[in-house]
Amino acid sequence: MTDLVSPVAGATADDAQAAGGVAPPLWLLAELTYRCPLHCVFCYNPVDYAANRRELDTAQWIAVLREARALGAAQLGFSGGEPLLRDDLEELVAVARELGFYTNLITSGIGLTDARLGALKKAGLDHIQLSFQDSTQELNDFLSSTRTFDLKCRVAEAIKRHGFPMVLNCVLHRYNLPHVDKIIEMALAMGAEYLELANTQYYGWAYKNRAQLLPTQEQLVAAEAVVERYRQSHGDRCRIFFVVPDYFERRPKRCMNGWGAVFLGIAPDGTALPCHAARSLPGISFPNVTDTALADIWYRSDAFNRFRGFEWMKEPCRSCEEKTKDLGGCRCQAYLLTGDAANADPVCDKSPAHAQIVQFVERASEAAAGGGGATEQPIFFRNDANSRKLSGLSHEADAQSGGACGTRDEAGAKS
Amino acid sequence: MNATSHESSAATPAERPSLKSVFRLQWEPAQNAHVLLYPEGMVKLNQSAAEILKRCDGTRDLQALVAELERAFETTGIEAEVRAFLAEARTRGWIA
Repeated sequence: MTDLVSPVAGATADDAQAAGGVAPPLWLLAELTYRCPLHCVFCYNPVDYAANRRELDTAQWIAVLREARALGAAQLGFSGGEPLLRDDLEELVAVARELGFYTNLITSGIGLTDARLGALKKAGLDHIQLSFQDSTQELNDFLSSTRTFDLKCRVAEAIKRHGFPMVLNCVLHRYNLPHVDKIIEMALAMGAEYLELANTQYYGWAYKNRAQLLPTQEQLVAAEAVVERYRQSHGDRCRIFFVVPDYFERRPKRCMNGWGAVFLGIAPDGTALPCHAARSLPGISFPNVTDTALADIWYRSDAFNRFRGFEWMKEPCRSCEEKTKDLGGCRCQAYLLTGDAANADPVCDKSPAHAQIVQFVERASEAAAGGGGATEQPIFFRNDANSRKLSGLSHEADAQSGGACGTRDEAGAKS
Repeated sequence: MNATSHESSAATPAERPSLKSVFRLQWEPAQNAHVLLYPEGMVKLNQSAAEILKRCDGTRDLQALVAELERAFETTGIEAEVRAFLAEARTRGWIA
C-alpha cells in the first residue's frame, strides 16, 4: 500500500498550524493481522513482523473504531497482512459502517469467497481494493511466491458481480514496469473504477530487496508515457493513479501529508503509528490502544507530537523555504538512509546524503542494463523464516540459498 | 462494466445528473462541513457545492435543480453557477 492520503482534501497540517492546534485524524488504517497467505517481496509490513504475533480481539477493535470515529476519522481501511484471515471482519465492517466510516477493504483477494462478499455487502462495505502483482500469471505468482493469479482474476470478477466499487492496486518495479499497458488493459477489462499503479517505496521488505526492484529512469519515463496515453483515452472509465518512486526525485514527498496530520495506523497488536513504516524508528515509544485512549495518543503522546510542526527540523530543512511544502519528507526514509529520523529526507538534493540515492539509482541502472551473475542479488520473500532471520531472531536459513529465497536468475527463468 | 452500461442506458445522462455510486455524501461534524467520500479519499465541500450535490440523484434536470435551489435559498439567477459546478463535478468524475 502506498501513500493514498494525498487525495484527501480538507484539514491538513497547514490548517492545523494556522489554527495553532492539531487537526483530527481523517484516515484510520486498521491492520487487523500480519498473517498473510502471500509472500510479496515488497511487503510494507515490518521485516520483524514475526516477533509481533499478538492481535487485538473483536471488542478491542470495536473500541478503536468508536474512539477514532469520535475523533473525526472518516476513512477506514481494513488491511493487514490479509484482513480476510480474521473471521470477525464482517462484524467490524458492520460496526464501522454504522458509525459512518467510509469502509475500504484492502486485500489480496485470497479467501474472498462469494459467501463472504455477500456478507460484506450486507455489512455495508463501501469499496474493495484488490492487489495484483502483475498482468501475467508467471510474474504475479513469482513475486508473491504463491499460485494466486487465476484466483485473483476470479475474485475481481466476483467483486464486480456483487456490485462493489473496485480499486486495482499493482506495485511497480523493474520487472513489471514494462507491462504497464497490459496491467492497465487488465484493470479496464475487470471494470475497476480506479487503478493505483504504485511504484515501490523502499521501506521494510522492499528496502531489503531494493537492488532487485529498483527500475531504470528509462523504464519509468516509458511507463509514465503509457499511463498518460491511457488517461487520455480511458480516463472517464477508470482513474489511473501513478505513484512516482521518490528515489528518482530531487524533492521529497510530503510523506503521509505530515506526521500525525491525517493518518492514524493501528498495528495488529494495538500499537498506534503515524505511518505504517514508523515502527522501525528507534527511540520512540509508540503508544498502544489497549492502555491509552486514542484521543491521548493522537493529541498528547510524545510519539505523535515528535515530528509535528517545524521545531524538530535540522538543517537544511530548518531554514529552507520549501519546508512548508514537503515538511522535510519522510522520517522513516531519513532514518533508514542517514540513521537520524530528524534529518532531511535524502531524496532532497539539498540533503548531504542525497548522493547515496543517486549512486544507488546509477548502480541499479547498470545492473539492469548489464545483468549477469556479478550483480546477482538474493530476493527475500516475506515469510516467517525470513522475518526471523532478517530481524536477528534466528540464523537457521541461509540468505543466498535457503528454500525461502529466490534469485534474479530464478525470476528470469520463471518469467 | 457498470459505469459504461449505466452511461449508455441513460440517453443523455448529463441532463439528470446523479452522484456516482462510488461516492458518498455525508455531514462530518469534525469538519463542520459536508464531505464527499470515495475509495481512500475525501473532499470537503462548501455549502453551495453540498446543496447542489445533495440534489444530484438522477431525478432532476438542470432546470428543476436550479428552480429547487432558488426556492430553498430564496434567491435567483444562480443557473450559471450551478451549470459551472456541474461541469466541474463531471470533470472530476463525481457525477454522471
